[in-house]
Amino acid sequence: MAAILEMRGITKTFPGVKALDNVNLKVEPGEIHALVGENGAGKSTLMKVLSGVYPFGSYEGEIFYEGQLSKFRDIAESEHVGIIIIHQELALVPLLSIAENIFLGNETSRFGVIDWDQAFARTRDLLKTVGLDENPETLITNIGVGKQQLVEIAKALSKKVKLLILDEPTASLSEKDSDALLSLLLNFKKQGISSILISHKLNEISKVADQITILRDGTTVETLNCHTTEINEDRIIQGMVGRDMAHRYPPRTPKIGETLLEVKSWNAHHHLHADRLVVKNINFTVRKGEIVGIAGLMGSGRTELAMSIFGRAYGQGISGTVRMNGKDADVSTINKAIEAGIAYVTEDRKQLGLVLDENITKNTTLANLPGVSTAMVIDEDKEYGVASDYRTKMRIRSFGVAQQTVNLSGGNQQKVVLSKWLFTEPQILILDEPTRGIDVGAKYEIYAIINELADQGRGVLMISSEMPELLGMCDRIYVMNEGKFVGEFPAAEASQETIMRAIMRSKELH
Amino acid sequence: MSRITAEEGLKPATGVPVAKTDPDAPGWRGLLKKGNFRDYGLMIALVLIMLFFEYTTHGVLFQPLNLTNLILQNSYVVVMALGMLLVIVAGHIDLSIGSLVGFVGALAAVLMVNYNVNYALATIMCLAVGGLIGASQGYFIAYLKIPSFIVTLAGMLVFRGLTLAVLQGASVGPFPDFFQLLSKGFIPKLNGFDLSLPIAAVLWLILVGTGWRRLSNQRKHGVVAESVGSFLIRNGVIGLVLFGFAFQMTQYRGLPNVLIIMFVLIMLYRFVTNKTTIGRRIYALGGNVKAAKLSGIKTERLTFLTFVNMGVLAGLAGMIFAARLNTATPKGGVGFELDVIAACFIGGASAAGGVGKVTGAVIGAFIIGVMNNGMSIMGIGIDYQQVIKGLVLLAAVCLDVYNKNKA
Repeated sequence: MAAILEMRGITKTFPGVKALDNVNLKVEPGEIHALVGENGAGKSTLMKVLSGVYPFGSYEGEIFYEGQLSKFRDIAESEHVGIIIIHQELALVPLLSIAENIFLGNETSRFGVIDWDQAFARTRDLLKTVGLDENPETLITNIGVGKQQLVEIAKALSKKVKLLILDEPTASLSEKDSDALLSLLLNFKKQGISSILISHKLNEISKVADQITILRDGTTVETLNCHTTEINEDRIIQGMVGRDMAHRYPPRTPKIGETLLEVKSWNAHHHLHADRLVVKNINFTVRKGEIVGIAGLMGSGRTELAMSIFGRAYGQGISGTVRMNGKDADVSTINKAIEAGIAYVTEDRKQLGLVLDENITKNTTLANLPGVSTAMVIDEDKEYGVASDYRTKMRIRSFGVAQQTVNLSGGNQQKVVLSKWLFTEPQILILDEPTRGIDVGAKYEIYAIINELADQGRGVLMISSEMPELLGMCDRIYVMNEGKFVGEFPAAEASQETIMRAIMRSKELH
Repeated sequence: MSRITAEEGLKPATGVPVAKTDPDAPGWRGLLKKGNFRDYGLMIALVLIMLFFEYTTHGVLFQPLNLTNLILQNSYVVVMALGMLLVIVAGHIDLSIGSLVGFVGALAAVLMVNYNVNYALATIMCLAVGGLIGASQGYFIAYLKIPSFIVTLAGMLVFRGLTLAVLQGASVGPFPDFFQLLSKGFIPKLNGFDLSLPIAAVLWLILVGTGWRRLSNQRKHGVVAESVGSFLIRNGVIGLVLFGFAFQMTQYRGLPNVLIIMFVLIMLYRFVTNKTTIGRRIYALGGNVKAAKLSGIKTERLTFLTFVNMGVLAGLAGMIFAARLNTATPKGGVGFELDVIAACFIGGASAAGGVGKVTGAVIGAFIIGVMNNGMSIMGIGIDYQQVIKGLVLLAAVCLDVYNKNKA
């Protein structure tokens, strides 16, 4: 059978950079084709070429779709023939209903008057197909990210999709939602719909993909056929980074000291609903030089716990005690928490971590401006020195420290956020999803930095949804579910199974 | 701001076509591109607009009397633009300042004329009232999280109404002589010697000195700063303009007092925005309020303070304006907020917050002022004056957005 899509010799140049260099991609009908590569390898650019975001003529090479040479001038043209992209950042309108979103721009109408009966009926069918049990009139803002993802897919289905492109669809989904999504893709495959799956989660890819194309630095490295060759994660990583990554986590010999942070009977209520307890009677400790993990599903209350400790940045009706070095610590405001020696690196570095319009220097010193000023006047020499210092130490790849952070890659942005918090001289670092959306190579560097911080005698509390990461990095892991700690494992006893079992068992007790 | 050197680190891919506008290209184009295009562009635009009106008014614009008027007419706009810039950078807007100008002017008149309060005490009271009004609006905006647009729109109505109430619908004046000096006074001559030129020299030296320090800092820190040549040319031109201006002023009555107030305030706010922690925090707050808050910045208090500051400056502007007219009228300050906001946006401030410069806002204020003045001399009606001002504002912001997208 002829390929449904063949991209031949695609070259795309931006002023100053060759983003794609002679890239080839061939997708067979009814297959799941995974596209992997580090951030900046050219995956998204390639998909923008395919969908017409970069119109015909702005790139070199040819696109054959269903055997015909295609010259898409915009997204409407590619959607018209059945190529639908679902972007990482979902394109749904929060305050419109599911049905309104699905038919947005494509309303079932006569003379401009929308036929709501038909819209709702079709929405119900579509939701059934994607396995989403929700009322079509429910507002998008009231359903979780996982369900929103499904609505996006339902929207794609409403447009008679033949080739579905998913850009990191599971990046913000829990394991359960991810599995549901992947089995949906397998279902589509049976119906003859092809998909291109862009993902950093290699375990998922090895589960569902028929073929894997690996991009590196804007060129095609290789295409692996999953049915004829043995595929494992290390094999893919090797292709992505061009070297063997035998050790995905840098080695470290823990030097654990006395108790540094002690949190006792910590409770916090939802920031809007005062009667909803989201953090329930949590007790934990972090010792000097120790990396402690908090495992759990999305929405289990991990971020809420961390932020409520960090100067009540989240929630209301907070109670409990925090002790640092055996003494009661005042963490009632963010400033006091910082003074007490706590730093919190958010899970969302773009929205909550950085001032993207500002440069590296200004972001680095933001949380400790008094550290570079006398009597409220900033000493620019000193500030520059501090920022350059961290840039070297953290190996932030940029043109100097005057570069705006918006132009940095995810990994380098995260290093700037880490620099900002290290400059406050924290004793405890709470890292919330420190490697989310960061490519494999940069992840390793972040891990190395975390290890070094622990070796300096600081305590690290690490929240992550990627269990292998916690298992690879932590000395001790707490398991959180529905606002409670439901298990605690030393590194030696922890495994994906024990953690999942702790979560499941806590559910059964209800 | 975003221009950077490639001293190390990433190198662009090889075999890549060179961008059309090479920042290192010689000549004017390169000069413009290399430093801060925005600043030069604005300054050049101001000069071109002045030359244009000098031509179309047959030389009236640069006459000593008219130059003096130009300064006096614009002083309150400039003063308020300083406060408005901070408000806009913090991500807010203040529509109430026109009414505030009217109200504080009215208050000053009633205190001094009707109640014979000492002018110094009355001035302090008026500044305090301005600050209090700013604080009350700031409280709603910062702590109760009511959008600034709505709070200050309400303030605009409330204080216009109170102006009418305080004045009981009539104009009140004249002011005591000493108070009038705020607007109508000039730097006194020293034994008959006009101090305009020496003062201009001092101001110029301050400008060159601070500019040079900043330039050498930028070079040290790896920011692509302008070349020494362009720095010299730029400051040479500024010097010429400054001395030419001062010379013209000596032909009339010398430098107005209010010009000195303005200059001191401009330098103060430049310092605060560029060099102090509070300035830096306002920019961070406007750039990303959540990130700023999580970095331990007291965002509410900072927002509150920017409105207090705006209130005090609007109070000062109200008194300067009243002193200039020598009466407080119920219509005093109507529409001023529009000129002030326009000045900030022409000067490159972003409506989204986090971006904007004091120098830009001041030049923006003068662009508006020169246009007002020039068009009035030309005899263009108030109808088309507004049309033209509106179009200039739109064009300036379009140019800004276009430049940003190209970068």
